[in-house]
Amino acid sequence: MAQNYKDELSGVETTGHEWDGLRELNNPLPKWWLYIFYVCIAWSLVYYVFYPAWPLGKSYTKGILGYSQREELVTKLAEGKAGQAKYLTAIAGKSVDEIQKDKDLLSFAMAGGRSYFNENCAACHGAGGQGAKGFPTLADDVWLWGGTTADIYQTIQHGIRSDDGETRGVPNAGMTAFGRDGILNREQIDQVTDYVLSLNGKQADAAKVAKGKTVYEENCVACHGDQAQGALAAGLDGIGAPPLKQANWLFGGDKATLVETVTNGRAGVMPAWSKRLDDATIKSLAVYVHNLGGGK
Amino acid sequence: MAQEKKGFSHDLIERNTLLLIVLTLITISIGGLVQIVPLFTIESTIEKVDGVRPYSPLEVAGQSIYIREGCYNCHSQQIRPFRDEVERYGHYSLAAESMYDHPFQWGSKRTGPDLARVGGKYSNDWQVAHLVDPRAVVPESIMPGYAWMKDRPLAYTDIGDVLKTLRIVGVPYTDDQIANAKADLEAQKNPDGDVAALTKRYPKAVVANFTGNKTVTEMDALVAYLQVLGTMVDFTKYQSPKQLQQ
Repeated sequence: MAQNYKDELSGVETTGHEWDGLRELNNPLPKWWLYIFYVCIAWSLVYYVFYPAWPLGKSYTKGILGYSQREELVTKLAEGKAGQAKYLTAIAGKSVDEIQKDKDLLSFAMAGGRSYFNENCAACHGAGGQGAKGFPTLADDVWLWGGTTADIYQTIQHGIRSDDGETRGVPNAGMTAFGRDGILNREQIDQVTDYVLSLNGKQADAAKVAKGKTVYEENCVACHGDQAQGALAAGLDGIGAPPLKQANWLFGGDKATLVETVTNGRAGVMPAWSKRLDDATIKSLAVYVHNLGGGK
Repeated sequence: MAQEKKGFSHDLIERNTLLLIVLTLITISIGGLVQIVPLFTIESTIEKVDGVRPYSPLEVAGQSIYIREGCYNCHSQQIRPFRDEVERYGHYSLAAESMYDHPFQWGSKRTGPDLARVGGKYSNDWQVAHLVDPRAVVPESIMPGYAWMKDRPLAYTDIGDVLKTLRIVGVPYTDDQIANAKADLEAQKNPDGDVAALTKRYPKAVVANFTGNKTVTEMDALVAYLQVLGTMVDFTKYQSPKQLQQ
């Protein structure tokens, strides 16, 4: 090939391309760049030998290391479990109550329970268990389904009105929609909600309260108890009706919310966690929840 | 030009736009084909697992809303096979689990948590309360609220055609499913209706009046979709990665 035109100013050969008198310098690639490029090519050849690389129709070359990301995960998970094995086996063999009495296990379960709680439970029950409208507070001593360690353990495992066979409550059924289903008329709902307000020392119409008491006795006692103490305190199993004399309402204790509740009914649902979390995790959660402040 | 004429010269390509385009396309498609074609032939790409079914009509409508609202901008639907992800979200996602998604919602941005296994994690009531006002239940949340969606009627008169279109791109909807699309959509919102027929066609579909509204709303559809995510495969049957290959 004939020598291309050499740029006079830089002394660099040009590519031979010319556009309206403009020429392109033919600078070589920097050496460091070029060598790294060659090293990368060499590295890829090594990689082909050791790691999965080339497709072969229905299969692919596995590489002599036989690496699989999923297999590596299995190993990593097992390593994690092995590190906690001492505690996990102890937790597996003990009841939640027994775990609470063992100082080492208690602090292990509390630490684990806290992160499991924040990931899985806090969305509804709030970080720290402060609760939200429709989602019970776990840090107080009002329990709908029982506040002992065994009760909490059972509730987390099987949920409330969930699709689990051993769930607490009845799926798709909760408080009757007294208004919507035509059991109580507007007037009666007005009266009974005033009665509930009066139970909590709030302002209520005396005449309505008197009539509301009768409505309450005829319709509400079966679940909320004769003293409005709630199903649990009244010894009524499998209902979960909250006490109606309290400061911390599940859905709200003001007139409007009470009317809404009586009209449309309520049926809080908690998923069953035994399908999602293993037993040691659920036990840790039970320990954590029991220690949030209101455990019985 | 001082170039000598040889058998082949770059000059020819650089001076002939059409040739340049054709050769560029050929070069690029080799790179693409080498990466893409083997995924269709290698048998372990899509795991053979039981349980993955096409979405029910209400779930399909919910997925459309999920896409319309750009949920994928903040939520991924892909649990990667790493210990931290698996311990937080559950079993890593399988390709099989999104094989009927058009388009798939894997995503790569996690401003919010991954949603690949959010189905059944929270109650229907929570999903509705959270979508209406995220901060009512999660005070530190930065997610926008979608309160209007609770009362906005879902447009679903064409749901049968939607299923038919999905069948064209490979989702195995049966004639029976397409014929009953509208009825199934309404049934999933009505626990007192013909639930058996619906769950026969779409096992594990969550049936509930999610919002409590009489009409089917966009929120009903979205929650129905969220509640089925990641619940179709029973992983107690697949304990090791080996069982997930063919």
